[in-house]
Amino acid sequence: MGGLMQVVFDALSLGSLYALGALGIALIFGVMRLVNFAHGDVIAFCVFALLWPSVDAVAIIFAGNLPWYLLIPFALAVGAGLSVLSEVVVFRRFRRANPATMMIASFALGFVIRYFLLMLFSSRPKSISLLPELSQPVEILGARLPLLQLITILVTITVLIGLTAFLRRTRFGLEMRAAAENFTMARMLGVRANRVIMGAFALSGALAAAIALILGSQTGTANIMMGASVMLMAFIATVIGGMGSLAGAVIAGFALGAIATVMQVILPPDARAFRDAFVYGAVILVLIFRPQGLLSARGTKERV
Amino acid sequence: MSDLRADKVSVAFAGLKALSDVDLSVASGQIVGLIGPNGAGKTTLVNVLTGFQAATEGAVRLDGQPLSGLKPHEVRRRGIARTFQGGRLFRDLAVIDNLEVTGVGLGQSRAAALAEAEAMLDWVGIAPLADRIAGTLPYTDERRVAIGRALMGRPKFLLLDEPAAGMSAAEAQDLSALIRRIAGEMGCGVLLIEHNVGLVLGLCDHIVVLDSGATIETGPPAAIRASEKVRHAYMGTAAETDLPVLEAGLEVEA
Repeated sequence: MGGLMQVVFDALSLGSLYALGALGIALIFGVMRLVNFAHGDVIAFCVFALLWPSVDAVAIIFAGNLPWYLLIPFALAVGAGLSVLSEVVVFRRFRRANPATMMIASFALGFVIRYFLLMLFSSRPKSISLLPELSQPVEILGARLPLLQLITILVTITVLIGLTAFLRRTRFGLEMRAAAENFTMARMLGVRANRVIMGAFALSGALAAAIALILGSQTGTANIMMGASVMLMAFIATVIGGMGSLAGAVIAGFALGAIATVMQVILPPDARAFRDAFVYGAVILVLIFRPQGLLSARGTKERV
Repeated sequence: MSDLRADKVSVAFAGLKALSDVDLSVASGQIVGLIGPNGAGKTTLVNVLTGFQAATEGAVRLDGQPLSGLKPHEVRRRGIARTFQGGRLFRDLAVIDNLEVTGVGLGQSRAAALAEAEAMLDWVGIAPLADRIAGTLPYTDERRVAIGRALMGRPKFLLLDEPAAGMSAAEAQDLSALIRRIAGEMGCGVLLIEHNVGLVLGLCDHIVVLDSGATIETGPPAAIRASEKVRHAYMGTAAETDLPVLEAGLEVEA
C-alpha cells in the first residue's frame, strides 16, 4: 500500500510540474498561435533572479533570503514581468507573422535570456538552499514524501481551480476564452486584444515562476539549463493535449508524469537509464492514433 | 430615426472592380433586401458598410456622418451590427457566453452584458439553449444565436448575410417572422442579403439588385418581380442554382 501510494505521489508531483509548464505554453498558444520556446529560459531566469550575479559555485543569495510570503510574490512578479516584457518588446512585432517565424523568434529570445544568465552567473550549476523548511518529510497513507512534493501537488491543484474560476467567472477570462478560440472575431467584436494577450503572457510567466520555485527547492541547484527539460516535456504535453486546449495540456502533463514514474518502477534496472526513450515512444503511439491531440482546440487558423 | 447610406461606393481589388458606384440606404424599421447572382458583390458591400473593407471611392454615412476609416468594432459601437455567412460563433463557448462577450466588447460591464444576453436569448426565442456549447448546435439554432449576438447592445442597423442558407421552408418562415420583429419591435433597420429570393420578395420594403458589382435594379418587390433586367441577370448564370430559386420565389409570391 505504502509503495503504491509512493508511486502515486511521485507521479502526481512530476505530473504537476509538466502540467504547470504545459499550461504556460498552451495559454500563449491559445491567444497567439505562438509556441513559446523561451518558456524554459523564463523558468531559469526566475531562479537566478533570487541570486546576486557571481560566477562562484556557491550562490550569493539575494531575494532568496526573503521570508516565503515575500519570496513567492517576488518570484511570480519576476516571471510575469519578464514574460510581459517579452511580449511587448519581441512578440508584438510578430503578430501577423506565420507561426514558424514566431517560433523561431521565441528560440532567439530564449537564447538571449540564457546567454544573459550565462554572462552574469557562468554555466556552472550553483547550489542554493531555497525554502529549506520544505524538504522535511511527511507521512501520508503509508507513503513518506518530502513536504515539498505534497505542496507541489496542492499548489498545482489550487492553480488549476483558480485558473478555471478565472477563465469562467471573470470578464477578462471570458474575453480570453473568446480570443483563444477566434482572435479575429473577438477583435471585431471589440474585445481588448492587447490586454488579453498581455494577460496571457503574465499568467504564463507566473506559472513559469511557480515551476522555478518548485524546481529550485527540489533540486537545491540553480542551473541555466534547468528549465529546458521541463520545457521539453511541457511542450510535448501541449502537443498531446491538442495545441491550445488548456484542459488537454493539463491532462497530458499529468499523464506524462504518470508514464515516466511508472516506467521508472516497472522497467528492468538496466533499462531505467533509457526511461525517457520509453516515454517518448508512448508519445509517438498517442500521436499515431490521435494526431490532433487528445482534446483538439478549434479555430487553429485565424489570427490577427 | 436613423439612416445608413452608401453613396457611390466603389471597391477595386487589384484593379478588378468588385463594386462600382453602388448607392443604397436603409432607414430605421425598414427591411431592405440585397440580392444578385453569386459574385455580384453583395458581401463586399456589407463589408464596406461595416468597416471590414475600405471603399476605394464613395462613402458610407450614418445619419450623415461619414464612417470611413473606422475599424469594424468602432462601426459596431456606433450601432451597425452584422452576421456572417455560416454564423461564425465562438464554437467552444456556451451560447450565453457568445452573447455576453459581445456585450463586454461593446463596453458593457459583465453584469450588464449577462443581463442583456439573457433577455436577448429570451427575445429571440432560444433561452433554453443558453448553456449549450455553441459548436454543438444544429444549423438553424446557430443562426439564431448569431442574430442574437448581433442584436446585443441594440444596434440601429442589422446586416444579415445569408441567414436562411440551408434552411427548410418552415425554418425560413420562422426566420422571416424574427426579422419582422427585429424591424418592427426594435425599430432596427435591416439589410438582408439572401439567395432565397422568395424570402426577400416577401419580407422587404425595398430591394436592390446587384450584378457584377453594379446596381441593375432597385424598387419595391413588385417592380423587382416584373423586371426584365433582373430576370436576365439570373438567367445569365443559369448554370447555378439561382434560377430555380428565383422561379420558386416568383411562384410563391405570384
